[in-house]
Amino acid sequence: MSVRKLKQAAMMLFSSVLAMTSSHAWADKVLNLTEGVTEVSRNAYQMHMIVLWICVAIGVVVFGAMIYSMFAHRKSKGAVAATFHESHKVEVLWTVIPFIILIALAIPATKDLLLLEDASSADVTVKVTGYQWKWQYEYMDGDAEGVKFFSVLDKASNEARALNSGVDVSKVDNYLLDVDKALVIPTGKKVRFLITSNDVIHSWWVPDFGFKKDAIPGYINESWTRVEDEGTYRGQCTELCGKDHGFMPVVVVAKEEGDYKKWAAEKKAEAEAEAAAAASTKDWSKAELMAKGEAVYGSSCAACHQANGEGTGPFPPLKGSALAIGPAAGHIDIVVNGSKTNPLMAAYGAQLNDLDLAAVITYERNSWGNEASIVQPKDIKAAR
Amino acid sequence: MSTAHAEHDHHGAPSGLSRWLFTTNHKDIGTLYLWFSFAMLLIGGSFAMVIRLELLQPGMQWVDPNFFNSMTTMHGLIMVFGAIMPAFVGLANWLVPMMIGAPDMALPRMNNWSFWILPFAGTMLLGTMFMEGGGPNFGWTFYAPLSTTFAPASTDFFIFAVHMLGFSSIMGSINIIATIMNMRAPGMTLMKMPLFVWTWLITAFLLIAVMPVLAGAVTMMLTDRNFGTSFFNAAGGGDPVLFQHVFWFFGHPEVYIMILPAFGVVSQIIPTFARKRLFGYSSMVYATASIAFLSFIVWAHHMFTVGMPVAGELFFMYATVLIAVPTGVKVFNWVATMWKGSMTFELPMKWALAFVILFTIGGFSGLMLGIAPVDFQYHDTYFVVAHFHYVLVTGALFSIIAAVYYWLPKWTGHMYSESLGNWHFWTSVVFVNITFFPQHFLGLAGMPRRIPDYNAAFADFNFMSSIGAFGFGLSQLLFLALIIKCIKGGEKATDQVWEGAEGLEWEIPSPAPYHTFAEAPEVK
Repeated sequence: MSVRKLKQAAMMLFSSVLAMTSSHAWADKVLNLTEGVTEVSRNAYQMHMIVLWICVAIGVVVFGAMIYSMFAHRKSKGAVAATFHESHKVEVLWTVIPFIILIALAIPATKDLLLLEDASSADVTVKVTGYQWKWQYEYMDGDAEGVKFFSVLDKASNEARALNSGVDVSKVDNYLLDVDKALVIPTGKKVRFLITSNDVIHSWWVPDFGFKKDAIPGYINESWTRVEDEGTYRGQCTELCGKDHGFMPVVVVAKEEGDYKKWAAEKKAEAEAEAAAAASTKDWSKAELMAKGEAVYGSSCAACHQANGEGTGPFPPLKGSALAIGPAAGHIDIVVNGSKTNPLMAAYGAQLNDLDLAAVITYERNSWGNEASIVQPKDIKAAR
Repeated sequence: MSTAHAEHDHHGAPSGLSRWLFTTNHKDIGTLYLWFSFAMLLIGGSFAMVIRLELLQPGMQWVDPNFFNSMTTMHGLIMVFGAIMPAFVGLANWLVPMMIGAPDMALPRMNNWSFWILPFAGTMLLGTMFMEGGGPNFGWTFYAPLSTTFAPASTDFFIFAVHMLGFSSIMGSINIIATIMNMRAPGMTLMKMPLFVWTWLITAFLLIAVMPVLAGAVTMMLTDRNFGTSFFNAAGGGDPVLFQHVFWFFGHPEVYIMILPAFGVVSQIIPTFARKRLFGYSSMVYATASIAFLSFIVWAHHMFTVGMPVAGELFFMYATVLIAVPTGVKVFNWVATMWKGSMTFELPMKWALAFVILFTIGGFSGLMLGIAPVDFQYHDTYFVVAHFHYVLVTGALFSIIAAVYYWLPKWTGHMYSESLGNWHFWTSVVFVNITFFPQHFLGLAGMPRRIPDYNAAFADFNFMSSIGAFGFGLSQLLFLALIIKCIKGGEKATDQVWEGAEGLEWEIPSPAPYHTFAEAPEVK
């Protein structure tokens, strides 16, 4: 361990001891489940508290008896062992009482579970698709119908989380809990989520909503929420989904209905403009493609191939790679259709439009010392 | 029996490497198992140190995320299959024949083979980390399709290693069942057997029932990966959730495989140091059997969030919380055994009492996790990590350590160093709680498991947990020192060793001779 790290560690130890001894700091610490902002999360919280207190009560009785016995019935105090070794009465009693407690717990738990799993008669439906390592949201109906976008870890977190990035992550706002584009839902409406995955299993969780649901390839799972208060709610992927499992947060912004409608209209207009641009047959300049390509590369490619294009572990470098400086056709093929030999390289033809693809391929062919041809959207269209 | 034959039967231990390679002696094989598992404990523990080092502070400082995933995967696999399970088999080898008055295990040559598979399987498993593309990185639960379509090439070696570990376990179990059913001394009826023997008998049946299921799961993975089948591949008409059902149909009984023998150990130790017979012997046996039965019908409580029909979720919730009843009976019986006893607190008793309290805390969080509507919050967070480390570290591992302290004088003929043992106990108990208790809070605050980096809001408890982990890891080196010291020498142990100890193993000399009970003892 370097001296700097040792010093850092010592400082942290010191400051956390300080923090723990001051009661004010304790109050700020999250020690318990969140009550959240929905009926389901409040139910979960209440159920959690009930079971917790039952466990504490049983613990006090059992550990109390045990600790009393450890002090009172010790040989050094002259205790002589009794000879009893069974009693049907107590044995029946301590079988029946826990059984009754469990039934008492099962009744409210059943009620809560039935509510949690009832996604019927929703006002808005959003399809949530897990990808390695981002979420895609698609509005299936309502004001934002047809709006569809990826939501990836925000740029600041993504730069700070690189190995030995030198960034003090405690200064990064919402480190690892922020995205470029958040899911927006209306308050007071029942929002149904259809949850699935494009590759491996992920799990979509916002603690304040009180549930998580796995995103499984080949399955469409259902879940729902009704958020009463406006606000930004954060969560993370909770099923190990590969290298960047820790880096695909979920952020949901709940907006009051009027604001939601406004947002939806803006999004739709944006999507139309983007589609028009992608469909246009004009030739883009290299500078335009490079600028756009850098952004797309950051959100879609850098997680594996790294910002410096050098790759990591099982993910090959693009810097100087034969594919990236060779003929454009091979490069376009692997990006659009995915790798035939390595399933880790997904088919981005399904995720990005022609303009984005052209831009990112151009960017890869002309960065980090690579010098090769530029690619236009029409080249992608021809290759699809 | 001819004279020559009789002489043959009473030879001592042969010397050199061939003694250990070719041994069919249950005590030697028990020793091999125990050393193997100790080595794995240290290796698996060092992986945990890497994990806790990366999690010491927010930000990525030491390893890249892919290697971090390899570490969590290998830590889990090595601890479950390399440390805990072989340690219990080692204890069974040493103790079952001595406790039932048998001269050896029923199938001694197979016994040799069941052990010697392990070092090869373990080496192959560890070797995957040096292969191109890195070692398994999909968690010890290896959910498809992350472990099939998206896994590194080394996964096929991991599959082979799991197959071999399974063979070893199945052969070990057959041996234990055959020994217990056929080789008990006259008068040793089933309901007179020491509870450790009973818990192992039931555990062995669980192993035989579920290890083939695990073998089936990894074989399907193998064919999915290499031979074009699509058991778990949705794109080919298969079902990724099927993998989880099959895995947990193995996995849940597996959890009890790691805890039932622990119950047995503790049920031996507490009566000895309370100088009072075990309370409710027969209810202990029935409770063990009920837990074993229930373990087959609760597997999907690991999968509440996969989108099962609500009726399925309700069934698995009800069945799961039911386990609290027989488990509660056991804890109550231990406390009732202590009640009005005449207790002393030698180290085996200290560890056993720590087990009862800390395992029960793990049981409480288990009950909480069983309540499905709240599990939707707890699932796959650090709350789960805290839960299963309380039942597996302060549960299974603590019972193994208690067992070593309890029987070490019988095995070596020497008493262990009391002061070293006290240091080991107190440092372990303090650090293990510093490590795992804060993880409850992390989980409740929303920290998912298996992530290499986290928001600064989780920083303080992670820091605490890491410091605890380093301390707990280092404490185990005291244990190693204590064992080596005790083998080399020390105060001479009496035959009975402990004042209150009862049972056949305490009637033979200390150290236990190479061959015991060549003639069956009479059990009254």
